[in-house]
Amino acid sequence: MTATEERPTPMGYGPMNRKEDARFVRGHGNYVDDIVLPGMLHGAVLRSPYAHARILSVDTSAAQAHPKVRAVITGETLAGLNLAWMPTLSHDVQAVLATDKVRFQGQEVAFVVAEDRYSARDALELIDVDYEPLPPVVDARKALDADAPVIRDDLEGRTDNHIFDWETGDKAATDDVFDRAEVVAAQDMLYPRVHPAPMETCGAVADLDKITGKLTVYTTTQAPHAHRTVYAMVAGLPEHKIRIVSPDIGGGFGNKVGIYPGYVCAIVGSIVTGKPVKWMEDRSENLMSTSFARDYHMRGEIAATRDGKILGLRVKVIADHGAFNGTAQPTKFPAGFFGVFTGSYDLQAAHCEVTGVYTNKAPGGVAYACSFRITEAVYLVERLVDVLAYDLGVDPAQLRMRNLLRPEQFPYESKTGWEYDSGDYPKALRLALEQVGYEELRVEQAAKRDRGELMGIGVSFFTEAVGAGPRKHMDILGLGMADGAELRVHPTGKAVLRLSCQTQGQGHETTFAQIVAEELGISPDDIDVVHGDTDQTPFGLGTYGSRSTPVSGAATAVAARRVRERAKLVASAMLEVSPDDLEWEKGRWFVKGDPAASKTISEIALAAHADLELPEGVEGHLDAACVYNPPNLTYPFGAYVCVVDVDAETGQVKVRKFVAVDDCGVRINPIIVEGQVHGGLADGVGMALMQVMAFDEDGNHLGGSFMDYLLPTSMECPSWELGETVTPSPHHPIGAKGIGESATVGSPAAVVNAVVDALRPYGVRHADMPLTPAAVWRAAQGDPIRTDLAIT
Amino acid sequence: MRVTIEINGRTVTDEVEDRTLLVHFVRENAGLTATNIGCDTTSCGACTVLLDGESVKSCTVLAAQADGHKVTTLEGLSGPDGEQHPLQRSFRQQHGLQCGFCTPGMIMASASLLAHNPKPTRDEVREGLEGNLCRCTGYHNIVSAVIEASGQEVDR
Repeated sequence: MTATEERPTPMGYGPMNRKEDARFVRGHGNYVDDIVLPGMLHGAVLRSPYAHARILSVDTSAAQAHPKVRAVITGETLAGLNLAWMPTLSHDVQAVLATDKVRFQGQEVAFVVAEDRYSARDALELIDVDYEPLPPVVDARKALDADAPVIRDDLEGRTDNHIFDWETGDKAATDDVFDRAEVVAAQDMLYPRVHPAPMETCGAVADLDKITGKLTVYTTTQAPHAHRTVYAMVAGLPEHKIRIVSPDIGGGFGNKVGIYPGYVCAIVGSIVTGKPVKWMEDRSENLMSTSFARDYHMRGEIAATRDGKILGLRVKVIADHGAFNGTAQPTKFPAGFFGVFTGSYDLQAAHCEVTGVYTNKAPGGVAYACSFRITEAVYLVERLVDVLAYDLGVDPAQLRMRNLLRPEQFPYESKTGWEYDSGDYPKALRLALEQVGYEELRVEQAAKRDRGELMGIGVSFFTEAVGAGPRKHMDILGLGMADGAELRVHPTGKAVLRLSCQTQGQGHETTFAQIVAEELGISPDDIDVVHGDTDQTPFGLGTYGSRSTPVSGAATAVAARRVRERAKLVASAMLEVSPDDLEWEKGRWFVKGDPAASKTISEIALAAHADLELPEGVEGHLDAACVYNPPNLTYPFGAYVCVVDVDAETGQVKVRKFVAVDDCGVRINPIIVEGQVHGGLADGVGMALMQVMAFDEDGNHLGGSFMDYLLPTSMECPSWELGETVTPSPHHPIGAKGIGESATVGSPAAVVNAVVDALRPYGVRHADMPLTPAAVWRAAQGDPIRTDLAIT
Repeated sequence: MRVTIEINGRTVTDEVEDRTLLVHFVRENAGLTATNIGCDTTSCGACTVLLDGESVKSCTVLAAQADGHKVTTLEGLSGPDGEQHPLQRSFRQQHGLQCGFCTPGMIMASASLLAHNPKPTRDEVREGLEGNLCRCTGYHNIVSAVIEASGQEVDR
């Protein structure tokens, strides 16, 4: 392809250049920090230097006296407004500004509003807080010890750090399978605490109009409607007087789902000063205080026959949730969708128990493309299968092939109650192995081993569960997880589609126009996609968990089909035939047997707004809406193979090759799907090799900047090699499944499996992420690899 | 202090504090918001601009240091009639951006890279862009975009 060739716009699905790029490549995106309002002030947050300490006093007098400071807000100020604490997405509460104690390093203690961002930061230095340090809880595995300090003494009657116990599967049946099994392989593993670290941090511009009483908040949110409702509940403001605008968002990755104290402080700042207040956190604040991801201490057991038939899985998890349980997931799923840990395999029984605990760390847990804990679930099972292969001395790819669910088993009800919609797993795995040249690689590896060189091949096969979800069992804070779409065709045949989901770079402005184009035959170039403004768009729960295509994509297709049916009635009046005599061809209704007698969607749109006499009961205009309550999740899947070269002298791991075969059903825009996969694969390499948010024994955050929290650059990522199979979702209106998080979910295990495979000559059976050069080097010296930094 | 910087061919003069960072001057005093801030440790490169033709991270230059110099931001890369720079076209064509937040810095760093090495290999592009983090694309398509803008055949 040469530089001058512009890709033509398809009339529906297919490769299409993105509409939103037109502004981004010119620097005309509109992100929160780009917003400037008349009289706007700037806020900054004072944060705790301690992980756990009692607050004895907060003296703000010097800060108040700063000539450019307009307001200093403390926990006491907020307590007066009943806003010192706010509800979390897990039915816990979180301190907005600390009043009694601080419970993690970086926690919000005071908020300064000043005339410019420099002065606001200056004034933070003038606030004097007297702390009495308390012993912190850092290691989640010790959080329930009898002598562990109680973190949440704010909660009535709370005498320990226990949050919840949750279990799934059949314990008796699983124990029975394990009792009878010929082989049992067990492995402790940590999925370390990491952070989504979107390039743009979190921020808001809050603007309360005192005359109209209307509050407008421009903010980095993946779920603007949910934010509006929560603000209404928390602040007692009438919901129609709250407008949330999520403008262009510089990446979300789950980091921008929840409500952060900074947003609330900006709103209070605007209420107090009567001016718009901007709050934009810096990177270290983002890493230290906003939603982390993972932090699952897992003990997995896998039972099998001696010849490699997997029989069962048994799992125990300690989940570190930090100081406030702010985990974002449906109410009835405190461990998210970890229940899909049985993965892609046909087994007889499974059981798992998850215990959530408080520690002196920032809240979070569900973020970073995890699809509600499926990252952890997939990592666990894909590591366990490799451990089993190691113990049995068999090839890990063959072991998987032997145990994968077969196409004829779908829809398949898993042993933990999930109904997988569709899949052809062996086909995807075969394709990946073929594409990577698996047999040849094993030959090359053997030769290299003979020469003392370290090379590893890692396989991962995953099943995702995305598109939350059916409202009968999925809600967030009581809000059912259905999403709306409203489609309006203008008189001249151009259209506007309004959505409740909120892109953060995933290309919704393009792909959702393509769905309408496919259904109605209106060019995607002629369809404007509106999202992110709660005054302009239908209610819904936003974009995370790869739910946009499964839920809002379905809503869009259904709304477009309703428009098509309305158009049919209008066309029948235009053509003076019965609607039953009409047939649809993309873009027009025509009379059966007389294709020349037809009306295009554009002609119909004009007629629908004109003086044409319409049949009884048919309203004019051409629009429709849909609230889509999904009947089930979608279950995309994939087969990944990673090839690494390891330098035994330095411990350096080089990802040489990565083949990713993904199946997300029907692909609306293959270019965008591939871009989603590329990004997720980089996440996997980053988590497996570099990223960790570690803490020392005092609870100091050791990964609080990009100097320590390492993200993969162009140098750590190989040229990704993708493949695809297409197994549509039978229940979805267009057969599409989510894809956004698949690669982040599926790839870490492939990388770790590859590195462990490379280290086989040293007898390494498991290694915890991140596999930094130091960790790998230690393993090559014969020391076990443990992520001791992350668990002190 | 008073600083005068020629930004995208336009002279911008303003009174600023000594400590004002160039990135804030560009965004707030000149009102050019393409240039973004992604970190506080000079790691991410979202703020990359050209200073007298060389790429710099504008979060790590004082506005005062740029006094009397020429700065080019992404807004200045398009021609006077809105004609896009080959990199702007190729980033779109190759889907080298998603959320778009790293894009301004990435394109400016790429412009500098191509000025120094007009026909880079894929590996050379990767080395040249090591100072620019992207969280969305996994870099693959960015590399392709730079290759395309250099007039070379893109071998994906």
